[in-house]
Amino acid sequence: MENQTIIDIRELVKRFPIGDGTFTALRGITLSFEKGEFAGLVGPSGSGKTTLLNIIGSLDAPSAGSVIVLGKEVARLSHHESAALRNHHIGFIFQTYNLLPVFTVYDNVEFPLLLQKGSAAARKKAVMEALEWVGLAEKAQSRPAQLSGGECQRVSIARAMVKRPQLVLADEPSANLDADNSHHILRTMKRLNRELGTTFIFATHDEKVMRYLDRIIGLEDGRVARDERIENAAEGDHPPASGEAGRSELPGEEDYARP
Amino acid sequence: MLALRLAIKNLLGAGLRTWLTAGVLSIAFVVMVFYHGLLDGWNLQARNDTREWEIGGGQYWHPSYDRFDPFSLQDAHAPLSPQARELTAAGRIVPVLITQATAYPDGRMVNLLLRGIPAGQQILSLPTACLAADSVEIPALIGRRMAAALRLQPGDALLLRWRDVHGVFDAREVTIVDIFKANIPSIDQGQIWLPLDKVQEMTGMADEATLLVTARDLPPVPLAGWTFKDPDFLLKEFTEIIESKKAGSAIVYGTMLAIALLAIFDSQVLSIFRRRREIGTYMALGMTRGQVIRLFTVEGAAHSLFALLLASIYGLPLLHWLGTHGISMPEVADATGMTIGDKMLPVYSAGMVLFSVTVVILSTAVVSYLPARRIARLKPTEALRGKIQ
Repeated sequence: MENQTIIDIRELVKRFPIGDGTFTALRGITLSFEKGEFAGLVGPSGSGKTTLLNIIGSLDAPSAGSVIVLGKEVARLSHHESAALRNHHIGFIFQTYNLLPVFTVYDNVEFPLLLQKGSAAARKKAVMEALEWVGLAEKAQSRPAQLSGGECQRVSIARAMVKRPQLVLADEPSANLDADNSHHILRTMKRLNRELGTTFIFATHDEKVMRYLDRIIGLEDGRVARDERIENAAEGDHPPASGEAGRSELPGEEDYARP
Repeated sequence: MLALRLAIKNLLGAGLRTWLTAGVLSIAFVVMVFYHGLLDGWNLQARNDTREWEIGGGQYWHPSYDRFDPFSLQDAHAPLSPQARELTAAGRIVPVLITQATAYPDGRMVNLLLRGIPAGQQILSLPTACLAADSVEIPALIGRRMAAALRLQPGDALLLRWRDVHGVFDAREVTIVDIFKANIPSIDQGQIWLPLDKVQEMTGMADEATLLVTARDLPPVPLAGWTFKDPDFLLKEFTEIIESKKAGSAIVYGTMLAIALLAIFDSQVLSIFRRRREIGTYMALGMTRGQVIRLFTVEGAAHSLFALLLASIYGLPLLHWLGTHGISMPEVADATGMTIGDKMLPVYSAGMVLFSVTVVILSTAVVSYLPARRIARLKPTEALRGKIQ
């Protein structure tokens, strides 16, 4: 995998106003991410994981310092430019899935593509491909309320991946899932990372997630406490058959134990 | 298209709340179309009846004539010019001589206007042919309102007193030969129609007239000594009444519209309050704030599309039925002094329906946009957490 820096963070500070004063969530973070990384921001609640993820995703702006994502300085982007950056190049996976309840699975996955200019045929192909990646092609016409939590998160992954983004940001993607489903979605993401070269950055404090990460960045009180490369992280699965639930193929917990 | 598609899905997803709001909005829409149609129908019917029975294609007035001032009648008369006489002979105009008179039915005294009209006129629908009766000395024609007020029947005699051109009082007995039924109170209430030559003879105003009614297809030509008044002028007061009625009816459907709009406004405020996470998701997926605002505005305004759909389901047959069967007016409507037919038939013009549709869609769009503007102040990160700002 070629070494190409897609995120460059220098002396990042983020402050939030609280009452009459401010709360400093990030204190001089300096980090960079290469293309194709499967990295995680780990740390306890309030350590600044989500704040950092939001700034990388241009959902929030830094108070000081520089954040360059895919060659663009986040602080200098207009609303339209940051929306375009998110729409074309960044996929988001949320803890609570954030699927649109009135839409079918297909519609949810298609949504980011509807904001882009493209033909209906190309959209359909991309959506079905994304649903195949996560093994939910047969549930394309189901609604989120008809799916399990694991399936909802897989739809969320498909929605994030359908536009073939360079970067996927996942905020506690396994927090609402049981162990089996957590492993299943992580294996899926790992496979997509390996096959498509998509960079994944997680914000998590879930041990199960950490087992899959190639790089762990520990945050404490808004500072980088450790930045560790992992050589033998758990691998992703093979593409599941369409509509096939992942649980039957899942390995036991011991299979995910770090050597 | 995306906004509309999403809006419709969200509205359908909201279920009963959407349909209740759309239902009230559809009632407001149907009532708006109905009221406008009713008043337009009344206007059209009254204008047609008035032209048919009273004003024809317009009137030439003696310069002193003021239809709202009976005392002007004393001076408002003049001999017909040769040109006017020619047109009269050709049946293109009808001279009418008007003077004040007093009737004494059953010993009562009633002030009225004595109108002389040629018995053979063909321009107005008044059944003046009966005035050619030679079986009675002075035949008289009155309307049903007048007949009811004076308790007169055909064949009854009525004592009239009037002043001639020199101001001298005279009195004669006339015989009611016919009672006509018309929707125009101004030719009925307080009016008695006699043959023109009789009135000219009784008043000593030989060959004179107060006004000349023209045929509907006669283009206005200058007549020396007479002022032409077109139908728009002659119907001005009635048009103003209709306009004021329209303004009054706007209160009725405006109230219903306001209720529906309030429901939409509340739904929008509630939506933006409850769907913050969804708004944050839209932003995270690449929608700009403007697009999200547009989405919510379209969603609110889409209530009007549902309302139009509902209105077309029950409103079209209902309005069609009312348009063909009309609404029967009670007898008491005659007492209003306005031109009202036995039945009012609503008339729906494409322009009026389009106006109503536009009012409903625009007003829903405005009340949807107002709360949606708050989205512009939402931070995506706070919205994603469902936080209230």
